[in-house]
Amino acid sequence: MATGQGKRRAENRPSTADGVELYRRMLLIRRSEERLSRLFADGEVPGFIHLSIGQEAVSVGIMSALTAEDTIASTHRGHGHAIAKGLSLTGFFAELLARDDGLCRGRGGSMHVADAAVGMLGANGIVGAGVPIALGSALAHSRLHPGRVAVSFFGDGALAEGVLHESLNLAVLLRAPILFVCEANGWSEFSPVASQIAFGTEAWARSYGLVYEKVDGNDVFAVAEAAARHIGGLRSGGSPVFLECLTARVRGHYEGDAQKYREAAELDDLPRQDPLARAWTQISAQAGAPSDPSAIDEEVLGEIEAALAAARRGPEPSPHGALCDVYSEQSHG
Amino acid sequence: MAELRYGHALNRALMDAMADDPTVVVLGEDIAAAGGSFGVTRGLLDKYGSERVIDTPISEAAIAGVAVGAALSGLKPVVEIMFMDFTTLVMDALVNQAAKARFMFGGQFSAPMVLRTPHGGGVNAGPQHSQCLEAWFAHVPGLKVVCPADATSAYGLLRAAIEDPDPVIFVEHKGLYGRKDSFPEQPAALPLGRAEIVRPGADATIVAYGAAVQFALDAATQLASRGIAAEVIDLRTLQPWDDATVLASLSRTHRLVVAHEAVEAFGVGAEIVARMADIGFDELDGPLVRVGAPFMPTPFAPALEAAYRPSAQRVVEAVLKTMGQQDV
Repeated sequence: MATGQGKRRAENRPSTADGVELYRRMLLIRRSEERLSRLFADGEVPGFIHLSIGQEAVSVGIMSALTAEDTIASTHRGHGHAIAKGLSLTGFFAELLARDDGLCRGRGGSMHVADAAVGMLGANGIVGAGVPIALGSALAHSRLHPGRVAVSFFGDGALAEGVLHESLNLAVLLRAPILFVCEANGWSEFSPVASQIAFGTEAWARSYGLVYEKVDGNDVFAVAEAAARHIGGLRSGGSPVFLECLTARVRGHYEGDAQKYREAAELDDLPRQDPLARAWTQISAQAGAPSDPSAIDEEVLGEIEAALAAARRGPEPSPHGALCDVYSEQSHG
Repeated sequence: MAELRYGHALNRALMDAMADDPTVVVLGEDIAAAGGSFGVTRGLLDKYGSERVIDTPISEAAIAGVAVGAALSGLKPVVEIMFMDFTTLVMDALVNQAAKARFMFGGQFSAPMVLRTPHGGGVNAGPQHSQCLEAWFAHVPGLKVVCPADATSAYGLLRAAIEDPDPVIFVEHKGLYGRKDSFPEQPAALPLGRAEIVRPGADATIVAYGAAVQFALDAATQLASRGIAAEVIDLRTLQPWDDATVLASLSRTHRLVVAHEAVEAFGVGAEIVARMADIGFDELDGPLVRVGAPFMPTPFAPALEAAYRPSAQRVVEAVLKTMGQQDV
């Protein structure tokens, strides 16, 4: 359960499916991760990070149908999920900069960002591990707060994990209010998914009795529309849903990965798939749309720099308090 | 004082916890309609319904992961894993997820879940249905580990484990389910982390837990006939364990034996003697001696298993050794 510690205002929560707002939220993720890439290269972000550049439309599209009471369980490539779910951007940067006032007090870092205030149950360092956690959260919603929904994010590399089979089967048996979102970027770390997965995702997912849909995961409007429809169904007692979102990973498995294993043709094609460019093309075709996104970009960059500046002012965690929160008896100091 | 079987005491603890707290749910394989492989969850489905007493498929990893997610979102799940040997399949959910949730999320979350599971041999269940793996869990920061020896503590510790905000591995002994003990009219929760002196004595301390408490008590009876007064401590909780009670006893007796059914090497006994060698060194008048199973899988054949399992006789020999009386 949420302990009540770390409660904070839900920032950036999607209030509308308005196209410009969806674009702005994708841009917030894109620019945040580009900033993180530079911070990492400069040695200001310790450890290692996995960027989701190119996959922003999935995060933003899905989260446009959720409220702060709905829960998500994320992955190691989870910055987009976290930001789209509306966590504090300052707390997010402070966590990745290993500050004491980070969302997780500098104890988790990139792979464990969580925010109880907005139903973000955590990124996860173990591939597939968030899937049964999301299912458990859905079970709790069905017993305690009917109408709430849980979303499980995982990549197509995770399709090889045994716990996915167990969780999908159990979700259907429990008729849990859960949306399984497969972010199919075609890569299982350094290997093409085609070399790792012997089955077809659609036939496999349907075999459990799950509602299945495949969507263009680089089209934020398509993802948002599918999410609204399926989340609405789940809120009113519908069967669990498996939404396969076809997308693309632009950066390496981890930041610093030179991606020598990828063909030039695939990399050259990435700009054509860019969810931001595609969204802007659609937005700008509408009457009354802003002529170019530079004003939005300026606003987003300002928001990021302000959050980063505030995060940098935060204190380093003290080894003195390091034992806090291993157990409940140890006070939060 | 009435009598109650160990398994029935656990059942009553579940019944009472579910009555007192509507967020307590029970899930596992064949725990609802079938009442559990050892009957511990019998009757819960009839009383609390399938919304709270949930039969699952044979999917240990998902069951445990679901319990973590449910615990993060407001329920207090009590999971049954049919044999402790099967906990190999739940390790990610417990070790990487539940154990770390409070710490790695900066205190924002807790995972108030209990995983009940029976360990131990004596029923010729063979190498994959007899293991005592509690030391694995006691080695993981963030998990609590409990192992009751009798009906009263089975009830009291399970109530406390369910109320506890942290994830608790609740280890039962399959050989104890049918055992009858005295049981209070008004049973109550017992605090985690506290040991109990179940037989006082001035000459040597025997620390045990679970089914080993009984053979430690049998050993103490045999030692008494030789004029040796052994004190027996039921540890009850293995993580966090009550080093203060053990040290206080050692300070009176100056001799220490630790007995458990799990293999001796790298076990709970190793931790206890290492800690006492550190903080209790000045009190020691004899070697710190462990009694545990040999470093081998649990054999199936009744004759082999009987030889494999620690016994009262081995505890007697250990006490004589620490007292320098092996040849007596």
